[in-house]
Amino acid sequence: MTDDHGHHPQPPSDLEARTLALESLLVEKGLLTSEAIDRIVTTFERDIGPLLGARAVAHAWVDPAYKARLLSAPKAALAELGITEHQVEELVVVENTPATHNVIVCTLCSCYPWAVLGLPPTWYKSAPYRSRVVIEPRVVLHEMGLELPDEVAIRVWDSSADIRYLVLPERPAGTEGWAEDRLAAIVTRDTMIGVARPAVPDTAT
Amino acid sequence: MSEVDRRVASVEGLPRKNGELVFEAPWQGRAFGMAVALTERDGYEWEEFRQRLIAEIGRGPDDEYYASWLRAFEKLLLDHDSLTADELASRTSEFRAMERDEVF
Repeated sequence: MTDDHGHHPQPPSDLEARTLALESLLVEKGLLTSEAIDRIVTTFERDIGPLLGARAVAHAWVDPAYKARLLSAPKAALAELGITEHQVEELVVVENTPATHNVIVCTLCSCYPWAVLGLPPTWYKSAPYRSRVVIEPRVVLHEMGLELPDEVAIRVWDSSADIRYLVLPERPAGTEGWAEDRLAAIVTRDTMIGVARPAVPDTAT
Repeated sequence: MSEVDRRVASVEGLPRKNGELVFEAPWQGRAFGMAVALTERDGYEWEEFRQRLIAEIGRGPDDEYYASWLRAFEKLLLDHDSLTADELASRTSEFRAMERDEVF
């Protein structure tokens, strides 16, 4: 970017120049400060990520009463762990069971539970995932490496600006007696989108 | 540490989540941050931005995601008369021609 001024004096790309122009004008007009933008970028890069969702899932696995609260009143349950919503949005937690597997998508754009998962991965925003997971979820999940038995029903949840979803995966067998931190480590982002299931590392069994 | 150094350091230290960079280039982070920051200041409803993002993604499904994001944000600001097309065009060309050296 233009940070290189004086070192690599190359003109910015079109996208870079337009972004610079917007920030320059918005700051000049007093609509935004660069510090406010810095704060948001830093927050999303460093502080908000799938670890937040993983903490909530792990806590729900060890505390049935918390799990009930997480499912019935997610915002308040997350606040108990110090996780507060960043955007104005409703969060719905959907629980995987032996009979039902949940997967989330945003068919129209890229709505995603930022507050608990951070920013979406590239594939989540891709046209093929957005269109196909609704039509043929079992095939898409298979392609992404998740094999589900035929008797497991798949529910696809289409996110919107108003409602975001988080999948509460099933606690895998072989994790009995594990501490929450250890459990949280196997709750990956993909398991909370619903395109994977928590796996117990071979060395742990 | 100067602002430039701080930025370069922060670029190199970009976090990877499941192996993927959150932002693939600094401008993407700025474009993301501006849209979110303006909502937080009650500049507009998030839905207004989202509708434009949906439209832009629909218009160019194969475009880079943040290119669509940037177009949607530009449209939103123009629609709100927060800035004019002329202002935006001339400021952009100034940056392109390196007539301005503001660093964000």
